[in-house]
Amino acid sequence: MVDLINLFESMLRIRMVEETIAEKYSEQEMRCPTHFCLGQEAIPVGVSIHLRKADYVYSGHRSHGHYLAKGGSLKAMISEIYGKQTGCALGRGGSQHLNDLDAGFIASAPILGGTIPIAVGSVYSINSNVNDRVSVVYFGDGATEEGVFHEALNFASVKKLPVIFVCENNLYSVHSSFDVRQPKDRNISDIGPAHKIPSFRGNGNDIEEVMEIAGNAINTARDGGGPFLLEFMTYRWLEHCGPNEDLHLSYRTKEEMDEWLANCPIRLFENKLREKNILSDKIRVEIEEKISDEINSAFEYAKNSPFPDPQTLFNYTYPKN
Amino acid sequence: MRKIKYFEAIHEAHYQSMQADDNVIILGLGVPGPTGIFGTTKGLVDTFGKDRVLDMPSSEQGMTGVALGMTIAGYKPVMIHMRVDFSTLAMDQMVNQVAKWHFMYGGKMNAPIVFRMIIGRGWGQGPQHSQSLQAWFAHIPGFKVIMPTTAYDAKGMLISAIKDNSPVVIFEHRWLYNVDGIVPKDPYEVNLDKAKVMLEGNDITIVATSYMVLEALKAAELLSKHGIKSEVIDIRSIVPLDIDTIYTSVKKTRSLIVADTGTVNFGISAEIISRLIEMDHSLLNNLPKRIGLPFCPSPTSPSLAEKFFPRSKDIILAVCDILELDEKNVLVKESDSKHWHDVPDSSFTGPY
Repeated sequence: MVDLINLFESMLRIRMVEETIAEKYSEQEMRCPTHFCLGQEAIPVGVSIHLRKADYVYSGHRSHGHYLAKGGSLKAMISEIYGKQTGCALGRGGSQHLNDLDAGFIASAPILGGTIPIAVGSVYSINSNVNDRVSVVYFGDGATEEGVFHEALNFASVKKLPVIFVCENNLYSVHSSFDVRQPKDRNISDIGPAHKIPSFRGNGNDIEEVMEIAGNAINTARDGGGPFLLEFMTYRWLEHCGPNEDLHLSYRTKEEMDEWLANCPIRLFENKLREKNILSDKIRVEIEEKISDEINSAFEYAKNSPFPDPQTLFNYTYPKN
Repeated sequence: MRKIKYFEAIHEAHYQSMQADDNVIILGLGVPGPTGIFGTTKGLVDTFGKDRVLDMPSSEQGMTGVALGMTIAGYKPVMIHMRVDFSTLAMDQMVNQVAKWHFMYGGKMNAPIVFRMIIGRGWGQGPQHSQSLQAWFAHIPGFKVIMPTTAYDAKGMLISAIKDNSPVVIFEHRWLYNVDGIVPKDPYEVNLDKAKVMLEGNDITIVATSYMVLEALKAAELLSKHGIKSEVIDIRSIVPLDIDTIYTSVKKTRSLIVADTGTVNFGISAEIISRLIEMDHSLLNNLPKRIGLPFCPSPTSPSLAEKFFPRSKDIILAVCDILELDEKNVLVKESDSKHWHDVPDSSFTGPY
C-alpha cells in the first residue's frame, strides 16, 4: 500500500525546496542558471514511488524535482547550486548537472534531448534480461522536437529496452507555445505508437493518475515488456529560467495561469487527503517543520562549504588511467 | 617479421581487444555486415555475436548517446563512422555530452568510448565524403585525438585507445588501408601521447599527420638524392600533442614544414607553429610553411582534386623555397607524375 502522506510530503518537499531557492536566489550567491519546477511536483513523485534504488533516472535542465524524488542528496544539490566543492558535481556542473549515483540519479543535462539516448544505452545488455533494472528519462515537450528523441525511441523499440520516456508537457519551450511548434490535434503520446511503443497520456497535476499510469508502465517494462512513452500535461508557474513570475512578457495569459494555479498538484491532493481525514492541520504543520529543518540545514551546509580550489581547475578534464 | 596491411592490423586489434575484455562492444552502421567497414570488422560477428558486434539504425546522434549510456552499464563501446563527415550528425552527443562527461559530474563517471572515423580522399569523394576534421575534435577539451599512420601503430594505438578511460577519437586515412607494415601477432599497446621520428636528418623538419607522413617520406627520399637530409616526424597523437619531440627536432634543423590532412586555416599546423614560437621565438632560421587543404570545400572532379589535395611534390616545393635550393625545377619534375592523382596507387579502382 502506498503511504499517501509520504507522497504528499515528497511533493511538498520539492515545493518548499524550490520556494527557498527562489527566495534566496536574489542574494546573488547561487550563480548559475536555475530552472524551477514549481507547479510540476506531482510527476516525479508519482513516477519515483515505483522505482528502486538500482533503477536509473535521467533528466534535463528542469531537474530538481526528479533528483529529489529519486532520493538525491539535498545537501549536495544545494551545494552544487552554490558552486561549492561539496556539491554533487564538485561545483563543476551547477543546477543543470545534477547527479547522485548512490541514489540511481545518473545525470541531468540541459541540452534538449541530450540525456534521452543515454538513458536508453544504459539499459542495453549483451545478455538480455541480465537484470530487471528500468531506466526513466524525463524531458519537456520541447525535447520531443529534437531528432535525437525519435532516434532514441526507435532504437529502444528495436531492442525492447526497459526505458520509460516521461514527457512533462508544460506547453512552452522557453516562450514559444506548443501550437506554434507541433501539429494541431497531435499529442506527444501519439508519437510512440509510430515506433511501436505503447504510450499513455494523463493529467500531470493529479498524482494518483500519474502513479497509476507510471506504475503500469514501469512494472511492465521491468518484466521485459519493453519501452513506454508517457505524456503528462502540466504547467510551469515561473519564468523559463529563474525565480520570478513572467506574465509581463505576455507570451501567456493571466487566465491561463490562473486556471493552472487552481490546478495546483499539491492542493488538489491535499484536499483529497483532508476529505479522507488522512491529513490534518496538525500533521501538515509537523511535515512542514520537518522539511524546513532539513532545508535550513542544507542551505547552512552549502553556504558554509568551501569553493573549489582554483588550482584544481584542470581536474576531471581527463580521467586517470 | 610478419607484414600485414593497415586494415588487417585494425581487425586484429578489434579481435584481440574483444577477446581480452567481454565488455568491449563495436557498433556502427554495417559493422557486422558483409564488407565489415573496409575489412576492419569483417567476420567479428561470427566470433563475438550480434550483441557485441552491433549493427545500428542510421542514427549517429542517438547511437552516440546510446554508446555513452552503455559506459554506465560498464561497457566499452567502439563506434565507427565510415566517413568522418558522418560524425557531424553526432556533434551534440560527442561535444556536449561525451567529451565533458567526466568533468561535468565532478569526475564521478568516465566515458571510455573509442570513435573510429575514416578520412576519405580521391575518386571524387567530394564535399561530404572527404573531410579531415581532427582540428575540430582537438579543439574540445576532453577528447584524445590520434591519427595512426603505420599498420603497427594502427593496431597498438587502437588497443591502447580501447583500454583508455577517456573518449578517444581515431582518424584513419582511407589511403593507408592497403599499406602494409610489420605487425607483431600478439597484442601490444602503443602510447597515445608520443610523436615518432620516422626519418632522421639535419636540414629540415617535416612534421606530418596520417597519410601526409607517407607523402613526406616520399619527398624526403627524393630530396636525399640531392643531398638534403629531412627529419620526418609522425605526430600520431594530436591531443595530447608531443610538442617536445617536435621542438627537439626543429632546434636541430631550424627549418619547419607542417603537413596535415586537414584544412590549413585554423588547423593543426597553426597550433604547432604557435606553440613552438611561444617556446622559443628564435627557433627558426627561416619562415615555416604549412601544407594542407586550401580553404574551399573538397571538390569532386579529378582536375580540381589534383589541385586541392597536397602530395609529395608540394612538400618538395616548400623545402626548395625554405632552403632556397637551386635544384627546384629538377626536383619538381622528378617528383611529379602524369598519372591520375585521385588514387593512392593503381590497386585502387573505385568506387570505395
